[in-house]
Amino acid sequence: MNERAIRPDPRDPSPLRIDEALVRKMLVGFLRDETAKAGMRRVVLGVSGGVDSAVVAALAVEAFGAGSVLALFTPYRTSSRDSRTDARAVAERFGFALEDVPITAQVDAYFAEAGGDVADRVRVGNKAARERKSIEYDRSWPDGLVLGTSNKTELLLGYGTQFGDMACALNPVGDLYKTQLRELAGHLDVPRRIIEKPPTADLWVDQTDEGELGFTYADADLALYHMVDRRLRPDELVAAGFDADLVQRLRERMRRNHYKRVMPLIAKVSLRTIGHDFLYPRDWEED
Amino acid sequence: MTVRIAIAQCAPAIGAFKRNMDLHLDRIESAKRERADLVVFPELSLTGYYVKDLAGDLACSADDPRLEPLVAASRDIDVMAGFIERSADARLHIASGYWHQGRLVHVHRKVYLPTYGIFDDGRYFGAGERFETFESAAGRAGIAICEDLWHVSVPYLYAAGGATIVFSPSASPGRGVAEGGDLGTAASCRLMDRFYAQYLTVYVVFANRVGHEDGIGFWGGSEVVAPDGTVVARAGEFEEQLLVADVDPALVARERARNPLLRDEREDLVLRTLSARLGLGSAPDRPAGRTD
Repeated sequence: MNERAIRPDPRDPSPLRIDEALVRKMLVGFLRDETAKAGMRRVVLGVSGGVDSAVVAALAVEAFGAGSVLALFTPYRTSSRDSRTDARAVAERFGFALEDVPITAQVDAYFAEAGGDVADRVRVGNKAARERKSIEYDRSWPDGLVLGTSNKTELLLGYGTQFGDMACALNPVGDLYKTQLRELAGHLDVPRRIIEKPPTADLWVDQTDEGELGFTYADADLALYHMVDRRLRPDELVAAGFDADLVQRLRERMRRNHYKRVMPLIAKVSLRTIGHDFLYPRDWEED
Repeated sequence: MTVRIAIAQCAPAIGAFKRNMDLHLDRIESAKRERADLVVFPELSLTGYYVKDLAGDLACSADDPRLEPLVAASRDIDVMAGFIERSADARLHIASGYWHQGRLVHVHRKVYLPTYGIFDDGRYFGAGERFETFESAAGRAGIAICEDLWHVSVPYLYAAGGATIVFSPSASPGRGVAEGGDLGTAASCRLMDRFYAQYLTVYVVFANRVGHEDGIGFWGGSEVVAPDGTVVARAGEFEEQLLVADVDPALVARERARNPLLRDEREDLVLRTLSARLGLGSAPDRPAGRTD
């Protein structure tokens, strides 16, 4: 047990440190158990060349063996060349096959028909994310599950596309902040270059997460840890020395994007309603 | 003379009563091969833990024919197993039964139903209202199901009621992965087990499950802690195991001679203090002598 008292201190990142070996064991067990309960034998995921999907791929190979992991690299015409190089490096490091499925033709055809050149980059980015996911789900038929790669920081901030990159059957890394995921990546022997490069959704040229969000993962993760995991109020964080503007922005992003983290709302009219008072475990098993 | 206890650290399936019964019969056979006197299963071992609206479908009365295989199996070895009990007045309880020589001789209904954080027991179940001791293969015993053990008063009441061993069938989810130590929940549970064992001078038998339910992983780590605070046996984490431990009821007597905390315990003061606080009038003065 960690006996040290955990105090909110913007200069002390140590509360984010994790026991990597323990987390690895928990996540591999999670993947095996939950896949077996769903009656499935293999998994499908998108490997982008980033650290999040590299970690999920490494865990999946450990859980199921490389032969049961279908990894898809799904570039759009604006995707960075480095992404492909890095995705290949991950596949080589962990010994799984990586399949290229370009999505430029269908995304561009859609916008040419439906929106022409008025399409803005956020719309194109969202469309690309959903196109990728529709391919992963297609390729999971009939005996595979789609793995998600959204980390806790992204999920809390709503920094992702609903029904796009956020969609999946199982997400082994959704309870790890980006900082923690990078730490786990080191333990799993993900190539150093991938752990250290600036995180990007690579939805348009020169996009970076931290540039778009306006703060660093290191700062956001520590504040989020104290706010979410340790239940400190924003005013307590500010009093402890956290940047007031950062705290306010994180809180507002969490609030505004909460809809992305829950199932769609169902209007209740009957005596018993799915999601409200019809409540069964997803892992409901056959006798 | 020592008594051999087996803990079946296993992964029951949610809602699959028959499959879980087969799992029990399999582990009971293994425990018999290990020449155990008693085999202990985790909380809700026959149904799974996060059953939600399945609770009613899975519930049994204490004399339900679906429990018959355990009745039969207990002719050769004592069995403690977890089920959802439907009471005569149709309440659902999280229960642990103790079967001995073909009879269900004791049922404990979980009193403290955690309904916070990741727990929702109170939504689906009614609370038990009694802490009764009974005769187990390993001596006078009390059962504290998971959250029951987190309440200091529960093992205390059992020790006061004559128990020399406290069983805690559990479904404890693993969480807290900070660097530099144990799983957070594991550290808390081990602290409790050892503290209760040593300061109430009882054996503590922690029987936790493993496996996952809806993304939540149960961490295992079942253990038997002796009244001198030593860990007699401890299972691994996150994996199925039949943990076997020999307990020595004579050790309880030796520890109580050395460390007579229970003998000197002022139950009357506890009662009077609480009675006054609750406005129940004055409790009786110190009794002349115990009748048990």
